[in-house]
Amino acid sequence: MHKGILFAGLMAGISPFTVTAAQAVEIEYWQYVFETRVNAMDQLIAAFEAANPDITVKQVTFPYADYQTRVVAANMARQGPDVLQLFYGWADQFIGGKVIQPLSPDAFPHAEIEADFFPIVSAMKRGDDYYGLPTAVRSLALFYNKNLMTAAGLDPNTPPTTLEELVTQAKAMTEVDGAGNMATAGMTLDMAGQDHQWWREVLVRQFGGAPYSEDGATVTYNDAAGAAALKFYTDLQLVEKIGQRGFMDEGQAAFRAGKAGFTIDGTFRLGSFRTIEDFEWGVTELPANAEGVRSNYASYFANAIGAGAQGEELEAAQKFLAYISSEEAMQIWLDVVGELPARRSAALTEANLANPVYAPFLKGLEYAHTTLFVDEAAQRQTTIDMANRILIEGQPVEDSVAAAAEAEQAILDRAKK
Amino acid sequence: MMEPGVPDRHPDRPRTFWTMRRRQLLWVWGFLAVPVLFYGVIRFYPTGQAFWLSLTDWDLMSDPSFIGVENYTRLFADPQFGRVFRNTFAYLIMGTPISLILSFIIAYALDRVRFGHTFLRALYFLPFITTAAAMAWVWRWFYQPAPIGVINDFLSGFGIPQMAFLNSTTWALPSIMVTAIWAGLGFQIIIFMAGLRAIPNTYYEAARIDGLGDWAILRRITLPLLKPTTVFLVVFSSIGFLRIFDQVYNMTTNDPGGPLGSTKPLVLMIYQTAFSSYQMGYAAAQTVVLFTILLVVSLLQLWVLRERT
Repeated sequence: MHKGILFAGLMAGISPFTVTAAQAVEIEYWQYVFETRVNAMDQLIAAFEAANPDITVKQVTFPYADYQTRVVAANMARQGPDVLQLFYGWADQFIGGKVIQPLSPDAFPHAEIEADFFPIVSAMKRGDDYYGLPTAVRSLALFYNKNLMTAAGLDPNTPPTTLEELVTQAKAMTEVDGAGNMATAGMTLDMAGQDHQWWREVLVRQFGGAPYSEDGATVTYNDAAGAAALKFYTDLQLVEKIGQRGFMDEGQAAFRAGKAGFTIDGTFRLGSFRTIEDFEWGVTELPANAEGVRSNYASYFANAIGAGAQGEELEAAQKFLAYISSEEAMQIWLDVVGELPARRSAALTEANLANPVYAPFLKGLEYAHTTLFVDEAAQRQTTIDMANRILIEGQPVEDSVAAAAEAEQAILDRAKK
Repeated sequence: MMEPGVPDRHPDRPRTFWTMRRRQLLWVWGFLAVPVLFYGVIRFYPTGQAFWLSLTDWDLMSDPSFIGVENYTRLFADPQFGRVFRNTFAYLIMGTPISLILSFIIAYALDRVRFGHTFLRALYFLPFITTAAAMAWVWRWFYQPAPIGVINDFLSGFGIPQMAFLNSTTWALPSIMVTAIWAGLGFQIIIFMAGLRAIPNTYYEAARIDGLGDWAILRRITLPLLKPTTVFLVVFSSIGFLRIFDQVYNMTTNDPGGPLGSTKPLVLMIYQTAFSSYQMGYAAAQTVVLFTILLVVSLLQLWVLRERT
């Protein structure tokens, strides 16, 4: 094990944080660098320290690309944080690696968590224990370019509500140049963006299937519903010709440039889209199917308590975690970062529901699903490849779904070992 | 101690333990210790560690446990590994000869150009000093489909159908290889030119007096005398292509090594296995395979090219 510690030390660099325990307790909070998130946390820490003068909180940040490795390396060197932010999809690894500890039910009663938070908080529950609580949550919605809609003779105030309307409206906005190349896409097709989530948790369900078994351990989309959902998606390019994979490199880039009518993206894209000046855009709920079935994909970064926190540090960490998952903190997070509150009472306020930008995302949260990823990048890759086999190589839809299901099941099985 | 038979040059000086020779040796080893230690700790220890890790199932979080050759059997049964292996050798087998022939032709021509020589040489060298990531993103933009891709815009201006480039499983690898060759060209040209300049002029003069033509001079004098330079560049560029990563990763960030894994080299697979899936043991097994390939290819090339020197 000492070799492991040496390796961890090399990766983590020399840790400049030696805790000087005088009367005051100092705890460390870790998250990745993202300007608004760091600013919001600075505000929260200031408010928390004002209310708890005997506790100081030190915020430590790392670039996103290094973040996970840093946490793991520091944990091995017993230098881990007291409170840290983690993507819900990393929970299994962090619990297995003893990076985080279960929340004490005395400090965080389960009944309260389940009553106050949106149901997706269950993705942080293992067995009888919760391992973290979110401050903010993210969901998906359909962004539309009002100028392109007007130019195509559509009413910019009635964006599509069903999949069928989505296709007809997108078709009206699609433009092809003299050489037959796409000049304006009716809709972006970008599996590497958020489309893989849309297919997995929304389309598969709307076509009558389910992507995974209840416990998330088995892939269940390899059936007629999964194939129909994928056919719908790939037909948007192959039959309806309203979009094209790789158009303008990325879906969000095409929409930003005003070259795409619709794009599906998350709350985290709001900051970027708010700087658009060339055209007006709007947001609406993800379209329902013909029977009115809707679904959404929600995700979040949770805050958890590091496995190393003990005694008075643990007590301080619990207080801090309780504060940053309070209603007050969620409102600050919404104002500064623009992410939706994870508590119903903070999220579903009249002001938020009347807000034309937040409302569609909030409605989505009510019926959202959360994929229990074991290796998000690898699972996303299987979905990207599944669509590419059809779009580039012309593989039959059923074969491609079967191959993807087999590949993803192998990833799930390996994680369970 | 003095060697026997060597006369003692300072017979009146007392013989001490710290003879000049010993002191020199101490200095030499004192200085050598720094790089030796550095390489020992930074290079050789982790290399040895990687061999051990390749026999474990370490996931970075829990302690590594020994699983024998399971990682290797899994690797050789992994269909992705077959594709990645083929891609890596495609970069090597196409990239090395093309870049060498191109750079030799350019160096040979540049060597004879007097007008604007320095400027032209700088122009060819410029890509080599540019950041690989920045270059890859510019090329990525060149290769985009219309309406933003420069090349496809140009083609469709003449009514020529678009090329899929990075969106095609057939053309993505050659498209990326072009940028890699272009990026390394400047360095190879400079080395070739240095090699050309190092050939004494007298050989050429003698050959001319003997009445040899340009082609014969190139074949009989220039190329044979350039062999050491060529050997160096073949090995250097082969290792470069076997380790290709920057260009591929930056040109395909949305679907790394895609589409459908058609551009993924071994190094990218190692990176993803280690730092995205956190399967350190499996990734270590892949690095051991890469290490072996690099070793074999380098030794093979040195052996093949040594004979005729």
